[in-house]
Formats: sequence, structure tokens, C-alpha cells
Amino acid sequence: MAKPASQHAGGHHDHEHGHHDLESLKTLGFWIFLMTDVIIFGCLFAVYVVLRNNTAGGPTAEELFKMPGVIAETFILLTSSFTSGLAVLMMHAGKKKALIGWLAVTAILGAAFITLEVTEFIDMVHEGATISTSGFLSGFFTLVGTHGLHVSIGLVWMVGLMIQLSKRGITPVTKRKVEVLSLYWHFLDVVWIFVLTVVYLMGVM
Amino acid sequence: MWGNLESFSDFFVTGDPLILGAQVSIALAMVAIVLVLTIFKKWGWLWREWLTTVDHKRVGIMYIIASIMMLFRGGVDALLMRVQLAMPDTNFLHAEHYNAIFTTHGVIMILFMAMPLMFGLFNIAVPLQIGARDVAYPFLNSLSFWLFFFGAMLFNVSFVIGGSPDAGWVAYPPLSELSHSPGVGQNFYIWGIQISGIGSLATGINFVVTILKMRAPGMKLMKMPMFTWSVLSSCLMILFAFPILTVTMALLFLDRFMGAHFFTLDAGGNPMMYINMIWMWGHPEVYIVVVPAFGIFSEVVATFSRKKLFGYTSMVFAMIGIAVMSFFTWAHHFFTMGSGADVNAFFAVSTMIIAIPTGVKIFNWLFTMFRGRIRFTTPMMWTIAFIPCFVVGGMTGVLLSVAPADFQFHNSYFLIAHFHQVLIGGVAFGYFAGLYYWWPKMFGFALNEHLGKWAFWLWNIGFYVCFMPQYFLGLDGMTRRLYTYDFDMGWGPLNMISTVGGFLMGAGFLFQVWQIAHSIRFFKRAKGDHWDGRTLEWSIPSPAPLYNFATEPVVNDVDDWWETKQKLAKGEKLAPKPALQPIHMPKNSSIPFIMSVFWFGAGFGFVWDWLWMAIPSMVGVAVCMIARSFTYDDDYYIPVDEIERTEKAAALKEASI
Repeated sequence: MAKPASQHAGGHHDHEHGHHDLESLKTLGFWIFLMTDVIIFGCLFAVYVVLRNNTAGGPTAEELFKMPGVIAETFILLTSSFTSGLAVLMMHAGKKKALIGWLAVTAILGAAFITLEVTEFIDMVHEGATISTSGFLSGFFTLVGTHGLHVSIGLVWMVGLMIQLSKRGITPVTKRKVEVLSLYWHFLDVVWIFVLTVVYLMGVM
Repeated sequence: MWGNLESFSDFFVTGDPLILGAQVSIALAMVAIVLVLTIFKKWGWLWREWLTTVDHKRVGIMYIIASIMMLFRGGVDALLMRVQLAMPDTNFLHAEHYNAIFTTHGVIMILFMAMPLMFGLFNIAVPLQIGARDVAYPFLNSLSFWLFFFGAMLFNVSFVIGGSPDAGWVAYPPLSELSHSPGVGQNFYIWGIQISGIGSLATGINFVVTILKMRAPGMKLMKMPMFTWSVLSSCLMILFAFPILTVTMALLFLDRFMGAHFFTLDAGGNPMMYINMIWMWGHPEVYIVVVPAFGIFSEVVATFSRKKLFGYTSMVFAMIGIAVMSFFTWAHHFFTMGSGADVNAFFAVSTMIIAIPTGVKIFNWLFTMFRGRIRFTTPMMWTIAFIPCFVVGGMTGVLLSVAPADFQFHNSYFLIAHFHQVLIGGVAFGYFAGLYYWWPKMFGFALNEHLGKWAFWLWNIGFYVCFMPQYFLGLDGMTRRLYTYDFDMGWGPLNMISTVGGFLMGAGFLFQVWQIAHSIRFFKRAKGDHWDGRTLEWSIPSPAPLYNFATEPVVNDVDDWWETKQKLAKGEKLAPKPALQPIHMPKNSSIPFIMSVFWFGAGFGFVWDWLWMAIPSMVGVAVCMIARSFTYDDDYYIPVDEIERTEKAAALKEASI
């Protein structure tokens, strides 16, 4: 690559730098995607709040929600956010095995969260509280279910990333992928805090 | 397995001669396409060069071809309606068929004509204007196109398979609920819009990042070409508006598919919530499509007046102001809902305020032309025609925004005339100007100006003949979505005039098709700088080479290419170009196409409640995403000697003109 003449142009990038640019570009795009996801959840919250008292003779929030399970879910998810943070720290320390290990712990906690949530949903359906019972329950299942769907997608993603990490190690590309996934995971944690407050706590208050 | 299908005619729409004709012609066209591709052995070419391409210029061309096809379909819908309404008590279309046609006309023109034509122009112009090699995410860009394309196909297939949606273009519940629309048409509506909507959202993200991060060195934000500014404004609106549409469609689907009660009349549902949500997306949506048209006018008016755009900064602020304000006007679509005087007053005032930045722009364009040396080319003629048309359309919009008066205008033909005047006079004229303006850059040949002027005059005269009578029909009490009317209403003559105007515009469209065919037949190569342009896209050959810019341009001024030409004319020396370097390019990928086919399958499965089709298709979508995640070898370098060869060949062609 002959290039001495180009130095004065001010816009000179060599190829290594170009590659870094590409990865940071993808991180920025993912941030923007998350902002659009905020709007999706914002709409679902608004819909839930509009409909939360429209129980149409069906069960109300107080009758339905069992807080011990919800509190367990909350602690599991918050812990998983912490372990995903540990995974990123291990990545920056260059420890591949510890990184994959903490990601695995995060995934297991995520799976436990989903299991509890699905159990909660199944119990409700057995009690006759389904998505088609009332406007309140339509809003509830859709909002909480959308969060659960996000977590489930995150699990598949995490497993895929663990395979890629074990094959390729910590490279600029896999590094960016871990960072983006951890952003996503923390974001879901924040959303859950709002779910806990607006749906469950305000529901049983 | 076939669930809700009891007979053949539940699947294929039968019994209507018009639709039968359409079915036969679709079948014949498909056979013809397959035959041509097979006879000329073009399948491999089609796959390698187009279906799997991630090149923004080709993606842009595919968007434009698809949108022109959709313009044809939407236009035929419009003419069918005009024929039905031309005279009182007509029996050309029966009521249900008329309902289906006004629904598909609206959806197609906004979502499957205006949006893709806009995205096509984004793709063609933005990377070239900012001196970039491609968009930020070329793979995602290709995926956006194919999601739009298969979403649009899913929607369009409904008129021969299953039956068209017929609850209006924004599908208000409870009419669009299962209780009132039990057929599959409304499902086609939901899934067609949902799938293409994901693509639109991705395009919004893609272009925001492209514009913010990939500008050539020296191009500060306030030195960007005005079209690029308008794209940024439009994409920011997409980011905020389209997620709302996604949620709205998803909730309507849950109502229909799982018996949820979001928008139903019973069990605690709230139909007005849908109407609020759809317009929280829908009002920004009309600004999303019109602001890039403003950007095009700004480029065209500066180029063909040979003057710098008047009031660059005020134009930027006006565009951003419109983007923000557009989210605070939605309730003016339903002043009659009964939300009370305070709410109505807020939305009436906010609607009037949004007219102010638009007025600023109009003066900017006028002052740009003032004492300019105007060249009356086709892009410039569309721009000049736009100004009076949009002023009148905008003023009737302000009339509609007066909440008490709106109780009279609401859902009348006055409204129909108003929004067609801003959408045709603003959006369609703008995109036509953009198409004519960038056509030489896209294809390397110019369009015949003479035929273009015929098309221009037919469209313009046709427009006023068609829509001016509709204002008066509205004031005479004719409401929208009527499929016929009595002779005694006295609406016959004005409707007949309006129909004549509609056909004049149809003739204008035919002239445009003829113009394109004629210009291909009598191919005249276009220069790199065909219009004596001002911005960077005119500094490279037409059509642009694969890598756009052989060396990264360095920008010093607004309208940098124009300033460069001025310096050259004065005999000043330019800084020497840096030496060529290998160029980093993304590889083509078949995943976007395949993934979108799976989306189509999933949508079709959900439309018919066929989970055996929908679930495997969704698994297919997931597999495609995983396959993409595991693809690490997705780029390559164009070597220096290949760049040299391409540049030499382009220079030779340029010299031969």
C-alpha cells in the first residue's frame, strides 16, 4: 500500500482504524435501536395504564398477582444484569474462559427468570385469567410477555455468542458483540424495574 | 390443515370480472417474466447482481422500480373510484368492492409508493452527497428493501387471494376488528404493513448513523447538502413514529388472532386508543414523506437558479422544527371525537404553528429564485409548480385546523382535496423532481425533456381539474368514502369534471412511461455533472462506480463541488488528489432475500391462521439471523489497479460525450 502522498489530506484513515470505526458504528446503531425499543415499551406501558382498571368483571390485579414469585423474578434478573457486567469486565481483562463462564451464569439466570414467568402465566390461565378475559389482562399479558420475549431472544443470542467466543476468542468484532448484548441485557433490566413498579406494585397497592 | 377454508372461492377471489381480469393478467405477466429470464439465461445475473446486492445504488434502483409499479396499482385504484363517482347512481363498482379499493389506494400510495420512492432517493443520493462509499449498514439496507418488497407483495396479493382489506387506510376499530371484518383482508393489511414497517424502521436507523458518522472530512453538519438535512429530519421522525405503528398493528393483530380486548367494544377494550395511536404514527408519517421532498426542492432550486440556497440556516431549523412539531398535532385528525375544547384548542394551535416553518421554506425557495438565472428543466418545472400548489394545500390545511370549523369539514371531500393537494403537490411533485434530477446519476443517461414536459403539463392541469372541484363538493356536503350518490344531490357535474382531471393525470403517467422507454431506446449518455450541479454527487461519473469515490473527497464549503468549479474557472490550483488505496467493500449476501421470503411465509401463515406455515417460517427467520451472526467473512478490498482501470474507462466515456 503506497500512500505517502495522502498524509496531508486530513481525512486519512488506515485500514486498522477503519475496522474500529466499523465496530463503533454498529454500537451506535444498536443504541439507536434500543431507543426505538424504548418507544415500543413506552406504548405498551401507556396501553396498560389506560386499560388497567377495565377488568370487565374478570379478576383484578390484586386478586391475581402473587408477589413472592415476582420478587424472586426481580432478584434473579437483577443478579443476571450484575453477572453480565462481570462478563464484560472479564472481557476487558482478556480472560476468555471467565467471560464465557459469566455469560453462561447470566444465561442460566435468564432462563430461570423465563421459567418463573411462564409458570406464573400458566397458573393465571388455569385460574381462568387469559388474554381474552378483559382489557386489563390483554394489556398485562402483552406488556409482560413482550419483555419475556425480549429476554428469550437474548438467551438464544447469548448462546450463539458463547459459541463464537469459544471459536474465535476476544477480537474487535466479538468484543463489540459482547458489549452490545450486555447493553441489551441491562436495558431489559431497566424495563423490568418499570414493569415491577407500574404493573405489580401499583397493581397490589 | 387448511383451517378456515371451506371452498375454493374462500381462497381465490372469484365472481368479479374486474378481479378475474387482474388475475389473468398477473398470471400472464408472471409467465412472461419467467420465460424472458429463462430464454435469455438471466436468472444467475438477477440473483448475483440484484437480489443479493448490498450496493446502495442498486438497492435504490430496486426501490424505485417497485414504487413505480405500486404507483401504477394505486393509480388504477384511483381511476376506478373516479369512474364509479363520475355520474350519480352508477353501478360500475359495488359497495364492498369500492370500500376495498379506497382502502388499498390509500395504503399503497402512502406506504408502498411514497415510502419506497423516498427510500430509493435516499439510497441513490445521500451516500453520494456526503462523500461516503456506502450506507452505514449495507446488509441491513438490503434487508430493509426486501422486507418492504415482500410486505408490499403480501398486501397486494390480498386482492386476488382471500380478499382485500376494506376498513379504510388507517383501519379504525371496531370496523377492523374480527367482529366487523371477519375475513382475512384485514390480516393482510396488518402483516403487509408490519413486515414492511420493520424495514422502514431499520432504514431510519441506517440513515441517521450514515449521516451522522460517514460524512467526508470537512463536511460539518452545517455544510451538509440540504437534501441530506431533510433525510436526517425524516429519519429522526421515523425512529420515533414507526415503533408506535409496530405496537398498534401488533395489538390489533392480538385482538383478531387471540381474542384480546385492546380495541374491542366489549370486555374493557378502547377503540379510541387505536385512533390516537395510529395518528401518533400517522401524522408524523405525512411529514416523514414530505420533508425529503422539501430537501429535493432545495437542491433543485439552487442548481437551476445557479445561486446558493437562500437562508440555509433557517431552512435547517425549519426542517428540525417540523420534525419536532409533527409529534404534537395528531389529534387534529379527530376533533369530532369529543375530547373537549381544551384538547382541541391545543391541537388546533399546534397545527397552525407547524405552518410557520413551512412558510419560511416557501420564502427561501422564492428568494433563491429571485434574480437567479433560471433554467426551465423538468426538475425545475416540477419545483415551480409545487410552490403554488403546496401553498393552497397548506392554507386549506390551516382552515381544517380550526377546530370548530372542522366539525363542518370533517370527513368531507374538502378534506380529500386538501390532503391530495399536499401529498400530490408536495410529495409526488417532489419525488418526480428528484427522479428527473438524479436519473442521469442513477443510470448514466438523460431522460427526454420534451416528453417530460408533456407529462408535466398533463399532470398539473389534471391535478387542478381533478381536485379543485372536490373542495366545492366538500362544501356542498359530499362526504368521503361514498360509493355512489343520488342525482338530486346535485354533485354530478363537479364529479364528472374531477374524473376528467383524474384521467389527465393518468395520461401524464403514461407519458412518463413513454418518456423512460423512449430515452432507453434513443440512449444519450449523460455526463458526470449533467446539470452543472453543486453537490458532491456531481463530481463523480454517471452512473457512479461501485465504490463511489476513488479517493475520499475533502469538503470546505456548502455546495463544495460548485465552489471547486468556481476555483477551477478562476485558474486556481486544487490540492492534489491523494494516491489511490484499496477500498474496503461489503460482500453481497443472500440472507436478506431469503429471510424476507420467510417473513412473507410467516405473514401469509398468520393471515390464514395456518400455524403449520407461520411457525416454521418464523424459525426460518431466526435461522437466517443466526446464520448472519456467524458470518465473519463479509468484506473484501477492491485493489488499486482495478480502481485505476474503472476510473480510466469512466474518463474515456466522459470525454466521448
